[in-house]
Amino acid sequence: MIQILVFYLFATLVIASGVMTIASRNPVHSVLWLILAFFNAAGLFLLIGAEFLAFLLIIVYVGAVAVLFLFVVMMLDVDFATLRAGMSAYWFPGVLLALAILAELFFGIIAWNAGGIALDGRAAPAAAEASNIEALGRLLYTRYLLIFEAAGLILLVAMVGAIVLTRRRRSDVRPQNVSAQVRRRPQDAVVNMRPGVGQGVEL
Amino acid sequence: MIGLGHYLAVGAILFVLGVFGIFLNRKNVIVILMAIELILLSVNINLVAFSAFLGDMAGQVFAMFVLTVAAAEAAIGLAILVIYFRNRGTIAVDDINQMKG
Repeated sequence: MIQILVFYLFATLVIASGVMTIASRNPVHSVLWLILAFFNAAGLFLLIGAEFLAFLLIIVYVGAVAVLFLFVVMMLDVDFATLRAGMSAYWFPGVLLALAILAELFFGIIAWNAGGIALDGRAAPAAAEASNIEALGRLLYTRYLLIFEAAGLILLVAMVGAIVLTRRRRSDVRPQNVSAQVRRRPQDAVVNMRPGVGQGVEL
Repeated sequence: MIGLGHYLAVGAILFVLGVFGIFLNRKNVIVILMAIELILLSVNINLVAFSAFLGDMAGQVFAMFVLTVAAAEAAIGLAILVIYFRNRGTIAVDDINQMKG
């Protein structure tokens, strides 16, 4: 009973915050509603027994991606009022497309419930004795190791790409040139002299 | 009792909300990126629901990779957005026409 109640609570909240994400006038509010949607989706994951993904959703999405969105929204000095001005021009084809996709998805679910589609083959049957995170770890580090490392590579490329894209080379400041400092040798910089008495030093 | 169909319904509604959000906010790239995040979240809900109800861990592994790629996509998308705003001073989708595509 409590499971049903909690499911409907999380499902209602995730859908409501999804609506508010796309409908709110202020993008900062949009990001905050998106964070609420992620929290409730994590609750749904917990309810279904996928604990690791639930916490991953909170740590990665709320902790990193949503904060990234928040930073960008607050950093960019955009006039959001003009961006909202032409908003209603496309709502009718949007509603049509959304209803069409929704109908298709529900036809798919009805077909699934009618039992016309049989999904018997299990790629990786869940072990009964292992906890969720243990089962996931066993799979990730054995069978899906190559894909796991490829995912890490994707993250590395994304990180390097984001840094390279947003790095600004300014001409009005003189930043530290580390390689020039390391290259510098004593013979380039220091001169030993023994000038006679009364004679100056010519540099 | 809560079945697979309930979770699939939530995923379907969330997916459609994301698609509709792209149409609704055709001028604001940031909200379009957020709508894409909503779509990916709904895909994850579907994957995890199937994984749990079929007793197959591969769905959760796949959901993790979707999460990874979504994070990378958000980082790159926002970086492109930042340099675009720096160069042009606007992020309206209608003004992004430099490539004459």
